[in-house]
Amino acid sequence: MIIRIAAVLSLLAALFSAPVFAVQPDEILDDVALEERARDISKDLRCLVCRNENIDDSNADLARDLRILVRERLVAGDSDTQTVAFIVDRFGEYVLLQPTTTGSNWILWAAGPLMLLIGFGGAISYLRRRGSEPESVIAALSDDEAKRLDKIMQD
Amino acid sequence: MITELGHFALILAFLIAAVQTVVPLIGAHKRWPGWMAVAEPAATAQFLLTAFSFGALTWAFVTSDFSLRLVVLNSHSAKPMLYKVTGVWGNHEGSMLLWVLILTLFGAMAAWFGGNLPPTLRARVLSVQSAISLAFFGFILFTSNPFTRMGLPPFDGQGLNPMLQDAGLAFHPPFLYLGYVGLSMSFSFAVAALIEGRVDAAWGRWVRPWTLAAWLFLTIGIGMGSWWAYYELGWGGFWFWDPVENASFMPWLIAAALVHSSIVVEKRESLKSWTILLAILAFGFSLIGTFIVRSGVITSVHAFANDPERGLFILAILAIFMGGALVLFAARAGVLEAKGVFSMVSRESALVLNNILLAVAAFVVFTGTIWPLIAEIFFDRKLSVGAPFFNMAFTPFMVLLGIILPIGAILPWKRAKLSKAIKPLTGVLVLAIALGVLAFAVQSGRSALGPVGLFLGTWLVFGAGVDLWLRTGRKGGRLGRLRRLPRADWGKAVAHSGLGVVIFGVAGLMAWETEDIRVVAIGDSLEISGYTLTLDEVKRVQGPNYIATRGVVRVAKDGKELTTLYPEKRTYPVEGMPTTEAAIDSGFLRDIYVVLGDRQEDGSWAMRTYFKPLANWIWGGSILMALGGLLSLSDRRYRVAAGARKNARKLEAEGVPAE
Repeated sequence: MIIRIAAVLSLLAALFSAPVFAVQPDEILDDVALEERARDISKDLRCLVCRNENIDDSNADLARDLRILVRERLVAGDSDTQTVAFIVDRFGEYVLLQPTTTGSNWILWAAGPLMLLIGFGGAISYLRRRGSEPESVIAALSDDEAKRLDKIMQD
Repeated sequence: MITELGHFALILAFLIAAVQTVVPLIGAHKRWPGWMAVAEPAATAQFLLTAFSFGALTWAFVTSDFSLRLVVLNSHSAKPMLYKVTGVWGNHEGSMLLWVLILTLFGAMAAWFGGNLPPTLRARVLSVQSAISLAFFGFILFTSNPFTRMGLPPFDGQGLNPMLQDAGLAFHPPFLYLGYVGLSMSFSFAVAALIEGRVDAAWGRWVRPWTLAAWLFLTIGIGMGSWWAYYELGWGGFWFWDPVENASFMPWLIAAALVHSSIVVEKRESLKSWTILLAILAFGFSLIGTFIVRSGVITSVHAFANDPERGLFILAILAIFMGGALVLFAARAGVLEAKGVFSMVSRESALVLNNILLAVAAFVVFTGTIWPLIAEIFFDRKLSVGAPFFNMAFTPFMVLLGIILPIGAILPWKRAKLSKAIKPLTGVLVLAIALGVLAFAVQSGRSALGPVGLFLGTWLVFGAGVDLWLRTGRKGGRLGRLRRLPRADWGKAVAHSGLGVVIFGVAGLMAWETEDIRVVAIGDSLEISGYTLTLDEVKRVQGPNYIATRGVVRVAKDGKELTTLYPEKRTYPVEGMPTTEAAIDSGFLRDIYVVLGDRQEDGSWAMRTYFKPLANWIWGGSILMALGGLLSLSDRRYRVAAGARKNARKLEAEGVPAE
């Protein structure tokens, strides 16, 4: 029985053995500088069929196709920008993991710095106001509070 | 039968939650002690019933009761016992049950240890807390019931996602939930204080331990998740800026801000309304996180099964609680008058700066996470926001925070002279800059990230040391006094150095990592960063519920054998999924990370090798941060507060009117 299960299992294992990693040795370009550029570009491109993975890390077949496409463009002599533009033309800006700064996207990019300025502004005006006020007299404890405090202090 | 009892207990808990929401609130308003007193036993009962219900579900998983739909979908009789148990929360329904279990546990703890709270405040806190559990009980019972039976029980289950069959990940959700749900306590205190119209130093002292505990658990949970991703996903990434990761990171950032601002409330009776707002927002982000993970609106690596109905329900919970709390805040925040005055240069101001940076950082993460959604709805653009954006937009805030932290930490309260205050830090600053410049010179031409990380790490760790040393006073016996410093001081120093260690680890790993991808024949060697790796053999191994292809890789340096690594590719036949088990040789300064790839046609194997400097510093630093939180939490002040409870009881017994 156990042997039969083992046999079934190994058969299944053979069926399900899928590629496990991203950049395959056969994809790598011989030109080291070009390969490095390809890797950098791949890290900023989204694998379209995955969830939030770049094509450099992804195991999907489509990611592999895109990686090869990037390398083909680089070998053909395209600059990094041209290569990315080529991919974006075909697949839309959805492939860009780093959104552009064009159009409505400025809101995204400016959100942090703007919020920081607002925060600073608010804090400074608050500090100015508070700083000029006299130290308010701390309200005297009510009788109950005084009693509770006594008890707590005795502990 | 046990299943039905569990289901029944859950319904009962739901009903009790409804009572506990309404009765104590009215009681507190009308000052009826009897009505207020309902809260305490009700909170205990809620917890016990939920615990029973959770136990019943666990029982079903342990005994592989395949008449339960949830067990069929997420378990298998051949699974190791540990994963049968952790499978209880490895799915949407079960994890929600764990969520309410923790929620009611916190509520019950507030009831048990809240004896020294003013009775009306306690009644209101427990009522608000119960309103939250009421909402989530409803969510479970109406949309995600874990106790649904199968009409025709199958012979065996469908198994648990093999990626989740891992000890590190098994305990990652409980810690995260402890954190998320811990923030519900801060929320309840904030809302109760708004209803009460009163926030004072004592309030700050009650809220701080809860927030600190929540932050501490979030730190552990996030650290575990990141560690799991590092060794399990197969390329050693530790943070992906995935929506679900962000969902846990935003509350962490806000909780960190809240921990600091509640110090100001406690010590200086200032920043009250801001602290209340933070407490509301912190839990708000927890709810947003829940929404992101469970609605499937934002695609993510590890979102649970998507269901619009559930999404809507959580959105409604979010709208009611955030809307209600913020309206209440707008109406009542004016009542909370600040007392302590402080000047532009003071520890208070530094903490304000800390709060701004942390809150804005959280805001940046938030915008980045929801931007794809907004762009699609309002601008009709389908776009992605990924790691490159977050690295660029988020990092500057952390760098700024790191720079001001040691200075702010040693500034005196109220008003300070900057030049005088930072004098003790001169040595540390020189050391940090020197190390940074040295690293920059040695690495020649790589990114500036590494040196900046080294600078910040040194600055933070040694800055924390100086802070601690300064606390020992001026004259002799400083070492002895160092030992007797309050634990809160030690906690502060340890947590701050932990942050420094994390920053250095992250920067070092990202800047100095090297990688090698190649085809290796059996018996061949490869060189990476001074290490020689030899692939000795590849064999097939049978695991308890998987089959593995295991490589045997010898690691040597300068001709000396160091260790042997066994990278694996596993197949789980039940789930039909392959996983990669990287083999890692962990060292203090570096990890060697080996992944086995596919067999090539000529019988050689694809292999991926990484040299990962400082990887362990990331998790070591996270542990330090958590440890710092723990030290602070065990400070004498809180224990005194706990002791005071007995006295409060005695007071009541002596017949002193409660309020």
